[in-house]
Amino acid sequence: MAVLVIAEHNNAILSDATAKVVTAASKFGSDVDVLVAGEGAGAVAEAAAQIAGVRKVVHADGASLKKQSAEAMEALVVPMMAGYDAVFIAATTTGKNIAPRIAAKLDVMQLSEIVAVIDPSTFVRPIYAGNAIMTVKSSDAKKVITVRGTAFPAAEGGGSASVEAAPAPAGPFKSEFISDEMVKSDRPELTAAKRIVSGGRALGSSDKFKEVIIPLADKLGAAVGASRAAVDAGYAPNDYQVGQTGKIVAPELYVAVGISGAIQHLAGMKDSKIIVAINKDEEAPIFQVSDYGLVADLFIAVPELTKAL
Amino acid sequence: MKVLVPVKRVIDYNVKVRVKPDQTGVDLANVKMSMNPFDEISVEEAVRLKEAGVATEIVVVSIGPQQAQETIRTALAMGADRGILIKTEATVEPLAVAKLLAKVVGEESPDLVILGKQAIDDDSNQTGQMLAALLDWPQGTFAYKLEKDGGALKVVREVDGGLQTVKLTLPAIVTVDLRLNEPRYASLPNIMKAKKKEIAEKSPEAYGVDISPRLTVVKVTEPATRSAGVKVEDVAALVAKLKTAGAV
Ligand SMILES: Cc1cc2nc3c(=O)[nH]c(=O)nc-3n(C[C@H](O)[C@H](O)[C@H](O)COP(=O)(O)OP(=O)(O)OC[C@H]3O[C@@H](n4cnc5c(N)ncnc54)[C@H](O)[C@@H]3O)c2cc1C
Ligand SMILES: Nc1ncnc2c1ncn2[C@@H]1O[C@H](COP(=O)(O)O)[C@@H](O)[C@H]1O
Repeated sequence: MAVLVIAEHNNAILSDATAKVVTAASKFGSDVDVLVAGEGAGAVAEAAAQIAGVRKVVHADGASLKKQSAEAMEALVVPMMAGYDAVFIAATTTGKNIAPRIAAKLDVMQLSEIVAVIDPSTFVRPIYAGNAIMTVKSSDAKKVITVRGTAFPAAEGGGSASVEAAPAPAGPFKSEFISDEMVKSDRPELTAAKRIVSGGRALGSSDKFKEVIIPLADKLGAAVGASRAAVDAGYAPNDYQVGQTGKIVAPELYVAVGISGAIQHLAGMKDSKIIVAINKDEEAPIFQVSDYGLVADLFIAVPELTKAL
Repeated sequence: MKVLVPVKRVIDYNVKVRVKPDQTGVDLANVKMSMNPFDEISVEEAVRLKEAGVATEIVVVSIGPQQAQETIRTALAMGADRGILIKTEATVEPLAVAKLLAKVVGEESPDLVILGKQAIDDDSNQTGQMLAALLDWPQGTFAYKLEKDGGALKVVREVDGGLQTVKLTLPAIVTVDLRLNEPRYASLPNIMKAKKKEIAEKSPEAYGVDISPRLTVVKVTEPATRSAGVKVEDVAALVAKLKTAGAV
């Protein structure tokens, strides 16, 4: 079984997500190739070649691939699929944007956000915000799959696959990239972080969010997350949202501060190894999933905790 | 500009779903059903485009059982003009939904189709992108902001790491994210008015689309539950626990 893994990157750095997808892909088949599509992404292709278990890296480079738009990626990947039984991609916003386009062109039903590969046609995926887990068998000849990163460990390094060049699609496409507005941060990326401190609506303002959450996160070397309520209220950027419709995370330590624990939030963090909840309402549902719950006013408890660590 | 808005009837987002003991699926008997929350945002956006004089007509379409008509009525009460119900009792997977929607697009020739980014029952996040591929239209997924720009549409997208702006040549597909707008509640007079609006009834067969599923459900199970933890007295006790567990 030959599998194509589409690498996640920003033309300079290969995302950790890719090595996790390689792990999932190698449970499907033994011939795993990685596609690096980008502009000036030579270093990424080199990095992908070092993932253990990769047969070869296909490196398509050109202006049309700079942002890996769904339209350009469809044009690139669909013809390549003649040589593969499956395509695997991380269930990130990039992967979710691209994969269904490829699936529709191949006339197959995509399998979204799988968390396990049972055999080459049977997969496990959460539905209903993770409140039910579905095992599903696909009758399609080719599989198009997005992979939930938290469910698979990253493949090791130390590989030395060959890198083969492929042409970029010519375009023009009916979608044009205008601009990016990325949140600059020196913190670990949420989905890759070992520790996360998340703040909820209870923080009350963007200033308080910074004043209370950030020092604790700094002390722990943690990434910062937020509930949807905190994001909607403008206390934290969109990109911080953890949950059914935000990021799915599973760090070693997740500290939920002033978050009630709505099912949509739990969907994004309940696979964390240790969960700490700080909430002044002892009935808050977050305590049903937390290992250590502290019933307290966060404005007193969190600074105290930051100091004690 | 004509806008098509597909809306799905799903279990209400406040309902705690229960897996059936025979593991064939989740229990939908006697649970509250509502419009997929993302689709409320799509309808709202279409209505705002109409109020701003950008959209001229809003057609909503739902694929599902007879009761999906109620979902269409909700959209009509919010301000959509007419509805199409593609009636079926079968489970229709995103690929088949996209194929049916492509047929509707063929008939209705909208300039823009606005879908939800994901249905909160299957959590697939596929249909809009699939429809875009089938039509060879550009797509703006996970929209945070829309702006008409001559013959094009500027879409600000929520992506990992921040926001991205793309410009789409119309006709185009947009899928909406949570922060695009806050959907309105329909007023009583508008609910009354909606009762008179037209809903056409169709069937998948009439469109000549094969909706037979490609995926077979082997089983549906409960997620692993976490064993309830402990409450700690104070910050000192919390720190002690975390140290013992090797978490800090
Ligand atoms: C389709 C859909 C998708 C969604 N997706 C997501 C998602 O991805 N992620 C997400 O998070 N939400 C999501 N939501 C929203 C979700 O339903 C909740 O509304 C949200 O998670 C609530 O955020 P919160 O816990 O911060 O706020 P609240 O529910 O208001 O909770 C605030 C908590 O803070 C506590 N508190 C108040 N003051 C203090 C204090 N001084 N000290 C300590 N504790 C205090 C309160 O007791 C309360 O428990 C989604 C909703 C829908 C409909
Ligand atoms: N049965 C359906 N009827 C109408 N629209 C649908 C249906 N299923 C999915 N959609 C649309 O596609 C979006 C994404 O659904 P999904 O790909 O299933 O996550 C939804 O928000 C709806 O806009």
